[in-house]
Amino acid sequence: MNVSKIIAGLMAVSAATTGWAVDKSLKGEVKLDGSSTVFPIAEAAAEEFQKEYPNVRVTVGLSGTGGGFKKFVAGEIDISNASRKIKDEESKKAEGNKVAFVELPLANDGISVVVNPQNKFVTSLTLEQLKAIWEPGSKVKTWKDVDPSWPADAIKLYGPGSDSGTFDFFTEHVMGTARLSRNDYNASEDDNVLVTGVSRDKSAMGYFGFAYFVENQKTLRAVPISHKGQPPVLPSVESIEKGTYSLARPLLLYVNLKSAQRPEVKAFVEFIVKNGAKLSKEVGYVPLKEAVYTETVKKFQGAVGSAKPSH
Amino acid sequence: MSQIEGTVDNPKRALREQDRSMPDKENRAIFAVNAQRRKLKEQVFYYLIFLATLSALFVLVYLIGSIFSDGWPYLNWDFLTNFPSRFPAKAGFKSAIYGTAWLGCLTLFFSVLFGVGSAVYLQELSAKGRLSSGIELSIATLAGVPSIIYGMLGLGIFVRFLALGRSVLAGALTLSLLILPVIIIASREALKSVPDSIRMGAFALGATRWQTVRDHVLPAAIPGIATGVILAMARSIGEAAPLILLGALTYIAFVPESVFDSFTAMPIQIFNWASRPQAQFHDLAAAGIIVLLGFLLICNSAAIILRSRWRAK
Repeated sequence: MNVSKIIAGLMAVSAATTGWAVDKSLKGEVKLDGSSTVFPIAEAAAEEFQKEYPNVRVTVGLSGTGGGFKKFVAGEIDISNASRKIKDEESKKAEGNKVAFVELPLANDGISVVVNPQNKFVTSLTLEQLKAIWEPGSKVKTWKDVDPSWPADAIKLYGPGSDSGTFDFFTEHVMGTARLSRNDYNASEDDNVLVTGVSRDKSAMGYFGFAYFVENQKTLRAVPISHKGQPPVLPSVESIEKGTYSLARPLLLYVNLKSAQRPEVKAFVEFIVKNGAKLSKEVGYVPLKEAVYTETVKKFQGAVGSAKPSH
Repeated sequence: MSQIEGTVDNPKRALREQDRSMPDKENRAIFAVNAQRRKLKEQVFYYLIFLATLSALFVLVYLIGSIFSDGWPYLNWDFLTNFPSRFPAKAGFKSAIYGTAWLGCLTLFFSVLFGVGSAVYLQELSAKGRLSSGIELSIATLAGVPSIIYGMLGLGIFVRFLALGRSVLAGALTLSLLILPVIIIASREALKSVPDSIRMGAFALGATRWQTVRDHVLPAAIPGIATGVILAMARSIGEAAPLILLGALTYIAFVPESVFDSFTAMPIQIFNWASRPQAQFHDLAAAGIIVLLGFLLICNSAAIILRSRWRAK
């Protein structure tokens, strides 16, 4: 037995005593950026991952889904957090920059349409009614314009600004075309401003991410949404998970496949997907089914394997 | 004027004399009415500006009070020494404090170097012509450009073109650009207020222009320049928008070790906590604001003490 073997043995023992999961051999940096909706999950994953791999630096930015994709398609970051799918023009840019990537689902979110709790008459809304309220040039000024049996109180509208992934998703699913919306509403990039607005105004209405509704259930009321003659469905963990709620959306990760060849990036992606259910629940999102996470790990490993540069 | 001759040393008597020399009583009554009205106006105006000051103070006290009542319970040693976390009870401000300290030092260095340098050139050395008045106009315009535009500029020039990445250096250079106009304008005003006799005296003794500026004009202007720098630095430390655009990060669990490391800053972390759905994070944001205010207060008082020392010399 030579000296180096003894040292290696000692190191193994010391690693074992400091906790079996700590791996100091893995080094490097993993860069994430993108949606503020996905941010809490990414932050949670970074926090836990760095406990196991203290020498890997994980950084998470907050540029918004669009801002994150801009950096991602330029090859500046390893992982893009997205609250919508990548757009055609974005993936074309990625192609132009020779950035190959894989899309991985991480959790579910639902967009909640909310009113003030004092508003008792709105028992449900159809997607068509939502469209009539929010479409560009909409003539809807009072609740009576939506349904003749409702009072003629003026509707005050609150919604996210046009830089938000929530705005993109809502307009695409309600209007049929992304980014079509009336613009005479109270817009804010900060969802808490929308929460406060609707909770203080008796005849207000607004839409934003499910987590913000869950945290403010005392001051807001979610409106059940019906679609194509189906019975109206309230946003809830079950209805979002099953997909019966029509404004449910996936939260996604886009991984640069060239970056994924680096062991620290590969380890991080596998970590966040494997712990996806636990982490997304902890920060207030709806997890995917357990089987989906297993599938996703396989999909990721397959994509990384096939993207390996051939020698 | 003969009546009040020789009464300069006794103003009361002078007034009495003046009174006696006044024309008839009716005219005096007119003066009295006017005097009363003017005094009333003065009082009204006095209370108006007092009220203005009071309402500004009230808003400030209210803001600070509500921030303290929200944030105070979260403010402890752990908050200052922990990294951010998804659990509000464990979340800390460490990476943001370090990031802001790095940013502040580098921004101070660059902005004073280039800002005071340009001010000296424009005010003392350059020939007054079309070029310098053009530069002057553009600096005054730049002082009013929204900060987010500087973020775009920084992203294009420092992050991408000079390939500094999302580093502390790129952030500090962007913030320096942001406050340069303010520092240049303040420094020029300070230089302008140095009496010309100092320059003339130095020239008369055979000093060159540069010697005059270095040894006499600049030291005399330092208190004024320092005031401008303090105000500008306070602005740069509170900026979030240009840094977010630059791609400064929000979650970081390490502190920068060199100027090329990634970073986060206090306003970014506060912005992030304030926009979370959970109310505990809003309280954390308030705690962060208290730390930021404390940081600003310490920096400003240090600068003011240094300035008064300098003045006393």
